[in-house]
Amino acid sequence: MSETHDAVHRHEPPKSFIRKYIFSLDHKVIGIQYILLALAAVLVGMIMSLLMRLNLSWPGTNWPILGTLFPGGAPNGVMNPEFYLSLVTMHGTIMVFFVLTTAPQGGFGNYFLPIQIGAEDMAFPFLNMMSFWITFVGFIVILAAIFFSGAPSTVGPIGGWTGYAPLSALGQIAGPGQGMGMNLWIISIAIFCVGSLLGALNFITTLLNMRTRGMSLMRMPLTCWAWFTTAVLALLSFPVLLGGGILLLLDRLAGTSFFIPGGLYVSGVLSGTNPNFPLHTGGSPILWQHLFWFFGHPEVYIAILPGMGATSHILATFARKPVFGYRAMVFAIFAIGLLGFFVWGHHMFISGMSPYSAVAFSILTLSIGVPSAVKTFNWIGTLWGARIRFTSAMLFAIGFVSLFVAGGISGLILGQSSLDLPVHDTYIVLGHFHLVMGVASIFGMFAATYFWFPKMLGRFMNERLGQIHFWITFLGVYAIFIPMHVMGLVGMPRRYSQFTEYEFLKSLHPLVIFVSVAAIITIATQFIFYFNLIWSIFKGKKAGDNPWEATTLEWSTATPPPHDNFAGIIPTVYRGPYEFAVPGAPNDFVMQTEADAEVPGGNGHEAHKH
Amino acid sequence: MGRVLAVLIWIVTLASVILFVSKKWWFPPAISAHAPALDRQFLITILVVGVAFTAAEVGLGWMVWKYRDTVSGRATYTHGSNRLEVVWTVVTAVVFIALAVMGQSVWAQLRLHDAPAGAFQVEVVAQQFQWNFHYAGKDNVFGRTDPALIDDSALNFVGLDESDPSAKDDAVTAALAIPVNRPVELRLRSKDVIHSFWVPPLRFKQDLVPGMEIKVHFTATQVGKYELACAELCGQLHFKMKSYMLVLPEDEHRALTALPQAQFQARMQELLNKYQLPQY
Repeated sequence: MSETHDAVHRHEPPKSFIRKYIFSLDHKVIGIQYILLALAAVLVGMIMSLLMRLNLSWPGTNWPILGTLFPGGAPNGVMNPEFYLSLVTMHGTIMVFFVLTTAPQGGFGNYFLPIQIGAEDMAFPFLNMMSFWITFVGFIVILAAIFFSGAPSTVGPIGGWTGYAPLSALGQIAGPGQGMGMNLWIISIAIFCVGSLLGALNFITTLLNMRTRGMSLMRMPLTCWAWFTTAVLALLSFPVLLGGGILLLLDRLAGTSFFIPGGLYVSGVLSGTNPNFPLHTGGSPILWQHLFWFFGHPEVYIAILPGMGATSHILATFARKPVFGYRAMVFAIFAIGLLGFFVWGHHMFISGMSPYSAVAFSILTLSIGVPSAVKTFNWIGTLWGARIRFTSAMLFAIGFVSLFVAGGISGLILGQSSLDLPVHDTYIVLGHFHLVMGVASIFGMFAATYFWFPKMLGRFMNERLGQIHFWITFLGVYAIFIPMHVMGLVGMPRRYSQFTEYEFLKSLHPLVIFVSVAAIITIATQFIFYFNLIWSIFKGKKAGDNPWEATTLEWSTATPPPHDNFAGIIPTVYRGPYEFAVPGAPNDFVMQTEADAEVPGGNGHEAHKH
Repeated sequence: MGRVLAVLIWIVTLASVILFVSKKWWFPPAISAHAPALDRQFLITILVVGVAFTAAEVGLGWMVWKYRDTVSGRATYTHGSNRLEVVWTVVTAVVFIALAVMGQSVWAQLRLHDAPAGAFQVEVVAQQFQWNFHYAGKDNVFGRTDPALIDDSALNFVGLDESDPSAKDDAVTAALAIPVNRPVELRLRSKDVIHSFWVPPLRFKQDLVPGMEIKVHFTATQVGKYELACAELCGQLHFKMKSYMLVLPEDEHRALTALPQAQFQARMQELLNKYQLPQY
């Protein structure tokens, strides 16, 4: 199918095991390394959430196995409050950084961005390798925080994934979980920032400079637009977190006062009167929140944009239809990326920052709902008049749209400063962001896994297991996270290790149990996915080069793609990325590499004119 | 399979909507002057949210039902419609931004304006897992406080300077007592880490940030006893950093706050026993 008039010499893969699989410069190997890292990290994060649910629903229960595994954190099998809070912190940190930021971008983006634009590799293969291994070191350090937390009763720091100062800045004096674990937590995130920066530079350069002949920007698959915008967000936001993290570490270790104000009196000790608590003066706790959320809000979009890209890509493929409103989709991705930098203050409406800035942040926050809605309309538009093929990948992509709506829509509540007075820091926030940035992003990744697995490994994943996985997970995540919204209305605060102390929370007990049961079932179901993944590597049905009858460049090369992606033959692109159901074409899909002049070309915009 | 998926999407949509509409779990009955306006804004918002959510999910389900791959022939070849893009962009922009602008009125009333004159003032000093409320006493002047004078072991939790004449009639207690139907101004401070003042029926929450004094105001409209919780993670025992807010009839409140420290404490305890929490 590919044009063959551009044969250049082939790049052979390295021969040694270490250069081929460990310190590889091949973006495909690096992509798989990122995915494996995320698969390991998500297992840790998921088990932590299971332990949290056990404690919330059945507080004070003796879980003998916990007593054996964590004699400090769960003496006699009953969890300590600080043990619970360290689970909260580590669950959030591991999920946000090492799962939601690695797999969608570092994993699938690394593997498929160069192939989809017709490049032989990333622009800077060495930086790419460094970016993975730096991230890997970050992961080792965060795991170290579990084992060397500085307090035997915790498995990490207890500041939450947001690490608000001064709790995170004061050290041991502020209680258990503020010792070595917090240092390791900060160092891990700082390392992660560096790794992500290298990755982001690579993505941007590769996409701008290495597109093959004919691959104009508006002929790129929407996945590439999403990965590109994500990389720009990472490039601009991670340095701020890195800076903030360094300042926080200095406050803890060097006695500086960036985030610690004067006159603090902690655990019976006045600042400056005891060697355990040196003199601090002049710092601002709110400064940390600004730095953190200036990164933290774009981070939400870093997590979800690649899922949006994959969903658009997969919906079009299995709807057998061009993406509805391709150009609007591109603009919406840009608008989300741009506005994503101006809304961080909505995390801080009641933090004590100026109430006037809350007015601006509130209006900007609701504005970001507009491009999000535009994307949803276009996804539904893509399904209109389709001939849908219900593969596991397609089910998860449709699930993504459903969850993105369900989770995103409550942003209209949380984005209003006045409504934040009752709902801030309650379970409605948990329901909101877990659905939209957590589960929707994960659905995007599941869809991507079922979709691209045959290309990456030459075999299909088992469809029946994939569908069982989808049905239970789809129902399960709704059952977990929708009830959290009403818990928030009742007033249930986040980050409580028990709800036993308050009368106003008693009526929620049945709902808390319901959520935990749903969580246990949903978590158990994920092992079907793990099993399917491993089983299919060896026993899956063999897949050809283009098993889904798709149109973009990754399907024009061999399965699995050779070391230099196109075996030395650089492809030429003749049309937009989603030319399905073209009237008069011999097949219902026309690949980007097909030169046939009879087929109407171009992307949505051009086609729409005539 | 398309039909199963469509029905499933509709079922979870219906279940989600029922969970909200049934109001089995909902905001507690409100007890503040700003709450009716806030609740109205919430109702308008949740209506928009509910309609948009239902429309999108039902629409998604309908596409999945209708366009499953059973019909022969190819899908409709279209790249979209610029007119539709403009229409839905403009409509959502107008609705969303209108919501945001409408929501500002409650916010402005509470946060952009100072407390009305004659508001009852209380200094709130939070510390890890404990609330301290500092009352000015009969002279309506707060005694001087200084972090250097804080001594938890001597029960001087807020660092009150006993040598200051205006401190003589001050009282510090572990619960908050405010008058009904009179504006209250809280001056929020923290001794150690960030805490958050949270009384659900009051529809009111504000962080207490070390190094800052944050002034906020509200008016409570229902006499009674209410639970006061910390809403910002403050350490190990965050989950039981609990106190009570007593909303008292004006005369009962005036009598209480005129008492010197020792009797103030005893009377506060009596009042905490006298009033019952609302039935949840």
